Amino acid sequence: MPLYAIFQIALKSLLRNKTRTFLTMLGIIIGVAAVITMLAIGQGAKTIVDDQINSMGTNVITVMSNMFNRSAVRSESGSSSGLTLEDVENIKDRFNDVLYASVLVSSFGRLKYKSLNWYSPVMGVDTDFQFIRNYEMEEGEFFTDNDVRSGNKVIVIGTTVATNLFPDESPIDKMIRLRNVPVRIVGVYKSKGQSVAGGDQDDMVIAPYSMVLGRLTGRWRPNLNIFVSAVSKEKIPKLQTDIMNYLLETNRAATEEDFVVNSQTDIAETSNRVSNTMTLLLASIASISLLVGGIGIMNIMLVSVTERIKEIGIRMAVGAKKKDVLMQFIIEAVMISLLGGLLGILLGAGLSKTLEHMMKWSISISTWSIVLSVTFSCAIGIFFGWYPAKKAASLNLIDALRYE
Amino acid sequence: MPNTLIKIENMSKTYQMGESVVHALRNVDLTINKGEFVAIMGASGSGKTTLMNLIGCLDKPSAGSYILDGIDIHSLNDNELSDIRNEKIGFVFQSFYLLPRTTAFENVELPLLYSTNLNLHQRREKVLQALETVKIAERSHHFPNQLSGGQQQRVAIARAIVNQALIMLADEPTGNLDSRTSVEVLSVFQELHRNGITVILVTHEKEIAMYAKRLIIFKDGRIISDQINNNQRNAAEDLKNLPKEEED
Ligand SMILES: Nc1ncnc2c1ncn2[C@@H]1O[C@H](COP(=O)(O)OP(=O)(O)OP(=O)(O)O)[C@@H](O)[C@H]1O
Ligand SMILES: [Mg+2]
Repeated sequence: MPLYAIFQIALKSLLRNKTRTFLTMLGIIIGVAAVITMLAIGQGAKTIVDDQINSMGTNVITVMSNMFNRSAVRSESGSSSGLTLEDVENIKDRFNDVLYASVLVSSFGRLKYKSLNWYSPVMGVDTDFQFIRNYEMEEGEFFTDNDVRSGNKVIVIGTTVATNLFPDESPIDKMIRLRNVPVRIVGVYKSKGQSVAGGDQDDMVIAPYSMVLGRLTGRWRPNLNIFVSAVSKEKIPKLQTDIMNYLLETNRAATEEDFVVNSQTDIAETSNRVSNTMTLLLASIASISLLVGGIGIMNIMLVSVTERIKEIGIRMAVGAKKKDVLMQFIIEAVMISLLGGLLGILLGAGLSKTLEHMMKWSISISTWSIVLSVTFSCAIGIFFGWYPAKKAASLNLIDALRYE
Repeated sequence: MPNTLIKIENMSKTYQMGESVVHALRNVDLTINKGEFVAIMGASGSGKTTLMNLIGCLDKPSAGSYILDGIDIHSLNDNELSDIRNEKIGFVFQSFYLLPRTTAFENVELPLLYSTNLNLHQRREKVLQALETVKIAERSHHFPNQLSGGQQQRVAIARAIVNQALIMLADEPTGNLDSRTSVEVLSVFQELHRNGITVILVTHEKEIAMYAKRLIIFKDGRIISDQINNNQRNAAEDLKNLPKEEED
């Protein structure tokens, strides 16, 4: 018997019972739509995290002291941590894989312009920092090497700071007070959005580290961190160990626990693991509804076989083989699940788009999740259609014909 | 014997009903040639339907041999039996056995769907021709529940002949019909018979049996009488004499 004839027969049987066919299909539609939407949400979350990680810069390694927990060692450069300004220079000189390196001194300060006040974190850095973290300028310029050498009182601000202090004028070249020290704004950097941790990366003041160390910290000595950018992603792990070894060799660290040498890829991996786990969890929950839909198909197919015993007998009497009957019922099940799957994809896409609109997320439906859903719904049709079909095909002809 | 179509020897059929054994057929010998028109009669439970099912390859005998059109049926597997049913045999049952919610056309098309590769056009041609033969073509798009009993039986006959069956097996085809419609159906059988189809008909009514050429009588699973009918009636003639539109 030609395959298209079986398809024709199966299709006719399904159309003869439109309401029931649709209701059975609904289970699959909802299941597939749920899977598609959940995968899309997971994918969307991943894109957001990826963007945030990219906003941290390219191939970034951060070196932080862990010593505030331990006995503080005062070094010559005046840092209470184990890291010094010489370390920055040494790391830059020793390792060819270092593209940029900058110190980071974190502080906090009140900004005052005319009658407006604003509190912001302050980062004291070297000029390399702008390349490590990929700061692009919205207005003005980043400060120069000369500003860093001379400890000039110039700063670069983020857009949040700019809009709060300068609601209707350009902040460039304006003199404002930072911790009561008059400083000049030389630039505003382009928005970087939220950080991985959820903070506003645009609510920030960037200043030459020399000025921060000299003017803003007073008696309190801040923690020094070092930001390094590796020449390529592949070099990151080696550079991480090199830097740790350097710190151990120069006796700055007694054990590896004294310092944290973190890389962007570490963070990316961690957050990817988290978002993958979340996606998997969401998808598994959704798959359960797909499974329930499959059981619905089996249930209806069993009812349908019992209802159509006489029909099966008639078909066999006019020449249908066991395998023809088997195929007919399997194809009926697959048609329900496949069509349900396709409608489910449409519904899922619609839901994802609505969510995207409502949550202002970028939600992406991958071809992968579509292929997965179609394959999965086909498999469900075959799997859950098999038993009822087998039952239909193994009916005894005479008994089936006589069945009332 | 090139003319032999059915050769049954020593055929028995028993049914196991719990403890007891029902002997539906006991050592039946029967030979039917191509182009015969046979009527089988007998009391209820005498084994007529059992024999028809065996001739039609719907069931397998408990013992005995059966040669159909030169083929030893005993040696065939399920798939080959399906092909025999599809290609050589046309069945007509007392209660029609049409698929519900399926048009007359589609019902008649059914055997062709399980048959060798015919394209849509060829199938259509054959179905319409079969419907034409039983004079029901104008009802081809009606559902069974929109047809009278006689019309449903015509559709069933069309389904039986659509694949050029050699044998027409009719088990009490007029059992659910009034006498005029019965004669109409018989005239269709006689016409098919004239066109070369072998017809085997089971009936309880002597008048209906008289339209056949050969009369076989069953009792307790055995043939007790097998005679030529010398007074064969002509259904088409009788139909002319029967008053039309009259209630029976
Ligand atoms: N599937 C079955 N299981 C058990 N016994 C059966 C079965 N089919 C038929 N029989 C028995 O076999 C015998 C012959 O039955 P069959 O149907 O051939 O009779 P019949 O001559 O066609 O009768 P009727 O004129 O009432 O149709 C009966 O006694 C019947 O009870
Ligand atoms: Mg009977």
